[in-house]
Amino acid sequence: MTAALPNRAVLQGLIVYAGFVLIFVFFSVMLWDRGFLTTTNLSNIVLQTAPATIMAFGLVFVLSAGEIDLSFGAIVALAAIVAATVMREYHWSIGLAAGIGTGALAGAVNGAIVAWARLPSFLVTLATMGIVAGLAREISNLQSIPVTQSTFIAIFGGGRLFGIPSLVLWTLAALVIGHIAYRETRFGAHVRAVGDNPRAALVSGIRVTRIRLAVLTLSGACAGFAGILYAGRVQSARYTLGESDLMTVIAAVIVGGTLLTGGRGSIPGALVGSLMMGMLSNGLILMGLSVSWQMMIKGLIVLVAVAVSLREPAR
Amino acid sequence: MTPVLSLRNIHKTFGGITAIEDFSLDLHAGEVVALVGDNGAGKSTLIKIISGVHPPTSGEILLDGEPASIPDASIARERGIEVVYQDLALADQQPVYMNLFLGREPVKGPLRLLDRRRMIAETESLIKELDVRIPSVRATIRDLSGGQRQGVAIARATHWATKLVLLDEPTAALGVAETARVEATITALKARNLAILIISHSLDQVFRLSDRICVLRRGQQIGVRDTAQTDKNEVIAMITGLT
Repeated sequence: MTAALPNRAVLQGLIVYAGFVLIFVFFSVMLWDRGFLTTTNLSNIVLQTAPATIMAFGLVFVLSAGEIDLSFGAIVALAAIVAATVMREYHWSIGLAAGIGTGALAGAVNGAIVAWARLPSFLVTLATMGIVAGLAREISNLQSIPVTQSTFIAIFGGGRLFGIPSLVLWTLAALVIGHIAYRETRFGAHVRAVGDNPRAALVSGIRVTRIRLAVLTLSGACAGFAGILYAGRVQSARYTLGESDLMTVIAAVIVGGTLLTGGRGSIPGALVGSLMMGMLSNGLILMGLSVSWQMMIKGLIVLVAVAVSLREPAR
Repeated sequence: MTPVLSLRNIHKTFGGITAIEDFSLDLHAGEVVALVGDNGAGKSTLIKIISGVHPPTSGEILLDGEPASIPDASIARERGIEVVYQDLALADQQPVYMNLFLGREPVKGPLRLLDRRRMIAETESLIKELDVRIPSVRATIRDLSGGQRQGVAIARATHWATKLVLLDEPTAALGVAETARVEATITALKARNLAILIISHSLDQVFRLSDRICVLRRGQQIGVRDTAQTDKNEVIAMITGLT
């Protein structure tokens, strides 16, 4: 009986933890004299990956529902720019709402087109990626918009609560909420069912259209929140924010045990995947490798992760 | 005794083409009726009419003697009618117990979290009652054999049906041993006092399982026979129209 053995999907889910440990040990040995293992460096990795982690959580829902989102990186910049612009005139809470709202709205547009017109999400979000990126450039005039409200910067950037950096707290809050929503609610179960077998979901009375709309809206809102965290951390918003995150986040999610084909995913896996990608960037920089090399190595990792995720075992 | 389901003078046309012509049938609790006929005879259309996928063009549907309309599939489910589809409609990556409750998961507490313990317990007792032999209710569907999957699909229909289970070719893709297991499961359903309508191409199976046989040919109802009072030759003649 196959079920008596740990099944393939479970093993796939564990790969990320092994990979994480392996890369950690590798850099700890290779970079023992270059400050990789210092508390400051390790906590920097966590802080730097916070926005990507939030995006990864949104993407877990999208992939699990059998869709894909390529536009979240562009939405990050637009949301940050909208938030920063609004905060010049209004209270920061309105800027926060505007930023997340912008992300959710962009995601809802993706979702509406995918759910009702039944166009492939790959093409729809590829198109909206271009539109959103252009819009971010247009409304910001290619300029950086400074964020000066100190409360906002403390809550979403450099502040601490009980000595714990706020970005760590946001990551943990998102982890707990995301994991429960994904694993332990009817919504999460329906997301997986839709990605697994849309027809079965439909004849079981699951509102498939609504689920597709919801996951893409959620991904947009997560991207919007990631934009807020970027704006808080770098204290400005610019059209380049998030533009290099697309591949990193997709890699983090797939490495973290979420199937590209839908039906199965993991929020904690996405967190570890995201930390692993962040650690990789950090270590490669400390090793003195250029950005070009980092891009190539990350690309290779996506390739390997996709191969592991999609290849069927010989039966 | 009032029939669980009565179909009276059902007609169904698709854009001028007649799929079902003047079909009438009563189904009683605890009885298995087989629907037989050649390809294109209208068997699947009839299943879709009863399950609310394609409402009839004219004619009457009565549930427990009351006139009823079944405008869509969710209404059929609410009225206690469940279908086991030819392609099973299971979510392959999910465990057995989640499939059993697909779309109808129980929740608990103020946060409305999934009540996994209840789902697992209910699935275990059902699987035991119907004697569906699977390694565990936590097993993932893709790790099960074809017969085990069919067992799960039938168990799901049974769990939710209060009146009627429709089975569309339940053993079409199965081997001999697995077919025997699924037939045993279907026989166990009768004990739950459900009405069962089964489509099958295997006359041997029809004679093993059914109490009555209803024959369709090109959308026309050729006749209904008590299984005990007919034989294969008569049924084949009715199906083909040749004597």
